[in-house]
Amino acid sequence: MKKTPLYERHLALAATMTEFGGWAMPVQYTSVIDEHRNTRTLAGLFDVCHMGEIEVRGPQALELLQWVMSRNLAKQQIGEMKLSAITNEKGGIIDDVTVYKRGDERYMVVTNAATREGDLAWILKAKEARGLDRAAVTDLSDTIGKVDIQGPLAQKILEEIVEGDLAALRFYHAMDSRVAGMPALVSRSGYTGEDGFEVYTEAGRIGEIWDLLMSIGDTHGLKPAGLGARDTLRLEAGMMLFGHEMCQTVTPYEVIYGWITDLDKEFIGRNALKKQKEDGVRKKLVGFEIVDRGIARHGYPVLAGGEKIGEVTSGTFSPTLGKAIGLAFVPVQHKEPGTLLEIEIRNQRAKAKVVPLPFYRRKK
Amino acid sequence: MAKPSPDDRKYTKEHEWAKADGGTVTMGITDHAQELLTDVVYVELPAVGRKVKQAQPIAVVESVKSVSDIFAPVSGEVVEVNQALEATPELVNKDAFGEGWVARIRMESPAEFDGLMTAEQYEEHIKANPH
Repeated sequence: MKKTPLYERHLALAATMTEFGGWAMPVQYTSVIDEHRNTRTLAGLFDVCHMGEIEVRGPQALELLQWVMSRNLAKQQIGEMKLSAITNEKGGIIDDVTVYKRGDERYMVVTNAATREGDLAWILKAKEARGLDRAAVTDLSDTIGKVDIQGPLAQKILEEIVEGDLAALRFYHAMDSRVAGMPALVSRSGYTGEDGFEVYTEAGRIGEIWDLLMSIGDTHGLKPAGLGARDTLRLEAGMMLFGHEMCQTVTPYEVIYGWITDLDKEFIGRNALKKQKEDGVRKKLVGFEIVDRGIARHGYPVLAGGEKIGEVTSGTFSPTLGKAIGLAFVPVQHKEPGTLLEIEIRNQRAKAKVVPLPFYRRKK
Repeated sequence: MAKPSPDDRKYTKEHEWAKADGGTVTMGITDHAQELLTDVVYVELPAVGRKVKQAQPIAVVESVKSVSDIFAPVSGEVVEVNQALEATPELVNKDAFGEGWVARIRMESPAEFDGLMTAEQYEEHIKANPH
């Protein structure tokens, strides 16, 4: 298993560790609910060094990215971050990524941990196939460390060590800055549904940033949060996880990614997706709530009229809402909010209903 | 640190406790077990009247991240369940040896009960097997 630069710190905090995407990661330090609630009310600090960062630069960088990304990046400004899918010839999702424009002809693609090598290979293959010699693709993942600080107090805490006007940084925007004197990219974004930041810096120095944030954050109630809370937070916020909601046989239109699919440009899978948009999708990802007792989990069958119609892709007990929530694929005729379904939990059936996403929205 | 295991009852390797009162056994999970689970958010209780066999799953306890079986410490018939766990599953965390009890079983065979671990043996067991 691979270890992030922050591994020893997690052990020192007595975190329960697990294997995730080939990495030894903290699941929880105290409890998932405690870390979840603390992130929603104060602030949480997450080790996300395991994610991938791929740089694409040069005069043909945009052309290469336009070819592999579902999103039209032509109008992307320096400092803007765009969510996108990387799709295959059938429009199936290879990964969902964020793309930062860091300069003219300079982009950074941030990938999930488990998919980073596949994404890199795919981008390189596309570069070869299109003869885009003036696009340089470099895997920076091992040289970049990343932490997320999320929650209502994230800005207040991070502000103390960041150069530049953090208050003026808008959501889905990033700025090149210095954090405690170290060059860093600071993005106002995250995976929790709260205000917060993703901080990228040299892998060799991410530990100093972690320590500084923990120290400054202490008086504000900042607590480290593990993958357990990361999952309950993102699910409440209606955000998807590659490997659960998405895989190569799922298209952006079948999940909640129609908005990052720009058919007005050419890209791998565009024609298949255009056809699917015209024909209409047959299955759709929906959010649901259990109205009975029980907790739905990944893989549990979803029933309508006593027949299995789909499966739960992600499910948990929502600490904020105090109920069991989840995401599932259902045939389109069952996708309307209010539709009654059943979830098979072990050998019993729990009543559930389709609800709009997100389950939780922060007060602004 | 887990609360010490009271010696007014017996224990299983799977971290259940069983307290006998005549022919009926009250059962639950130990404080050590609830500490490993952390926040219990759901308990699936057995139906009253259900017949159970020793070491078979009798209930399910869920945390946010995990689903764990609870096993019957003795064979017999379920005569009562702790309804309070439906609304307040966190009682299992707060008071695993008391208010967090799970079910009462009318024992089939007192010999089974006698064969369970003592508090001291259980404490040894968890020292040797921290998980």
